[in-house]
Amino acid sequence: MSKPQTLFDKIWQSHIVISEKDAPSVLYIDLQLVHEVTSPQAFSGLRQRGLKVRRPDRTFATMDHSLPTELVSKSSGIIAIKDQIAAKQLDQLAANCSDFGISLYGLDNPYRGIVHVIGPELGLTQPGMTIVCGDSHTSTHGAFGALAFGIGTSEVEHVLATQSLLQYRPKTYKVNFEGDLPARVTAKDMILALIAKIGVGGGTGHVFEFMGTAVSQLSMEARMTLCNMSIEGGARAGLVAPDETTFEYLKGRKFASQGDAWDEAVAYWRTLPSDEGAVYDKEISIAVNEMEPMITYGTHPGMGMGISQNIPAPADESDINERASLQKALDYMELEGGRPLIGQKVDVVFLGSCTNSRLSDLRQAASFIDGHTVAADTRMMVVPGSEDVRRQAEAEGLDKIFTAAGAEWRTAGCSMCIAMNGDQLQPGQYAVSTSNRNFEGRQGAGGRTFLASPLTAVATAVNGVVTDPRTMSNE
Amino acid sequence: MNPFTTLTSTFMPLPHRDVDTDQIIPAVYLKVIDKDGLVDGLFSRWRYLPDGSPDPDFVINKPEYQSAEILLAGDNFGCGSSREHAPWALTGWGIRAIVSTSFADIFRNNALKNGLLPIVVDEETQQQLFSIADEETDAELRIDLEAQQLILPDGRSVHFPIDPFSKQCMLDGYDQLGYLLNQGEAIAAYEAQTGK
Repeated sequence: MSKPQTLFDKIWQSHIVISEKDAPSVLYIDLQLVHEVTSPQAFSGLRQRGLKVRRPDRTFATMDHSLPTELVSKSSGIIAIKDQIAAKQLDQLAANCSDFGISLYGLDNPYRGIVHVIGPELGLTQPGMTIVCGDSHTSTHGAFGALAFGIGTSEVEHVLATQSLLQYRPKTYKVNFEGDLPARVTAKDMILALIAKIGVGGGTGHVFEFMGTAVSQLSMEARMTLCNMSIEGGARAGLVAPDETTFEYLKGRKFASQGDAWDEAVAYWRTLPSDEGAVYDKEISIAVNEMEPMITYGTHPGMGMGISQNIPAPADESDINERASLQKALDYMELEGGRPLIGQKVDVVFLGSCTNSRLSDLRQAASFIDGHTVAADTRMMVVPGSEDVRRQAEAEGLDKIFTAAGAEWRTAGCSMCIAMNGDQLQPGQYAVSTSNRNFEGRQGAGGRTFLASPLTAVATAVNGVVTDPRTMSNE
Repeated sequence: MNPFTTLTSTFMPLPHRDVDTDQIIPAVYLKVIDKDGLVDGLFSRWRYLPDGSPDPDFVINKPEYQSAEILLAGDNFGCGSSREHAPWALTGWGIRAIVSTSFADIFRNNALKNGLLPIVVDEETQQQLFSIADEETDAELRIDLEAQQLILPDGRSVHFPIDPFSKQCMLDGYDQLGYLLNQGEAIAAYEAQTGK
């Protein structure tokens, strides 16, 4: 009998072009997603060497990071780009896609959106694939049982030119979430809890495989939230084994196969889950039955806690480096250790990003905010992950619920998650954000971010202070 | 990519752990379509005072480190985003090697493709170097990549790991794309065999 294999092993093995001793493997890449920020220098490299894109049919581009999300004309969703440098970068992507024969979901395309939202939405992301993008949140696509990871621009060029990458085999890390999630606790809380436990470097060199009853019960979109933040735990990729939930999500999508080809694909996908007895390099088990909504208090995603807890006090930290790191973070955040975060004044609530901007996130948030109003001194922005999400949300009337509550309804993009597009915090402001990074200044120079779920974001927006969503009435 | 063989230089201490790529270069600097001009963004959130003038207390603004080519960093350097602008900004400023106990995966990969050598040492060595930096700013480190040795100011020599392939690429200044392009036949055979 052959050795039991993990899901990761199976995908890795089936994509090895060349495996040599003392050299990295040549790994075939099934799909490359491209956006405006990390690709221009890669295309310049191709031009300098006189190279073509090897497989334009396996390459798809969109615009998401640097464009504004202000809704100018509701009918068209057309965006006014005032930032000339950003406009030039967007034009460059359009020119590159045109010159090299790559499909572009550009400004006027009705399916444009955040790269990690539209890949799954279009059915480009499929189980068993290798997927890369010049973006660390490519780990999102692992929710389908695809090996998906972020790469730098040099590697973007490598894949454009050869459809392959030089890679050393990463190690595997089994993350078992057991139990049933309590009410108002979400996939976002699960991943924040994991990162709080293992730290931002805990998964370095590894690929997570998320499993357990709590994971199999998650919807596809919630699994994307979970895998999205794998990189915040140091792991370049996170995986969830494909199952009926996966197949049901994919069926009928634009790039999903049909008829016999679909049946064949599903039959193959069913062989992918890890074999009984497969061995992982590392394992952790987390019980979710008692899990609280999570929130971060510091300046990296590992500085998180259950929302009812007190912020850790540096004085209680025995490790001198940890203490210094915590003190530096709390100084930046202007917060005091040993105190609760609940009740902390919040200026901006951001609902969006490749972590939490899909239709299910917006539905959940809308039903939670319905009948409430955003606090007078708080700004709430709702930024759908794609134009398709925006259209569907509007068809369901979600936009009306948000605007009636006093929130802003915007067009698709990375928006305030990356703050390079005009959507940003002012120095000193506090935000509760459904995005993935609370690094110093990530959402605008001097801005301070608390990462949390869409439900915590809504509860906070309504009260104007950090609020436990379990305490909010929802008639 | 310029070859990297040996390097002797002073080293600049940045003791914070988990320095993320948003600190190395904030996203607002990523709107460029080339690799120029990124140096101004290097550590810009820490480097400049609110009025835009250089913060004299921040390490890269100190006159004694202006010619330092080695950065001594805290644990898990380069976590966060995949932006290769981070190594571009560091090398643009003049950094050619970074010494730490650990590096984030994507940053490490990106650094190696730009002639920027990540050197992993144990915590004791790292802490010893931070202590030296506290006392003397002109202490030098010597790096011998071929021998994989980091020679400390006291003459002690520490072995550091690097995979043989990356090492050879660094020593020769060899671009990894050249290697991949030479595998064209194998890639075509894989595509034919798998129907891709």
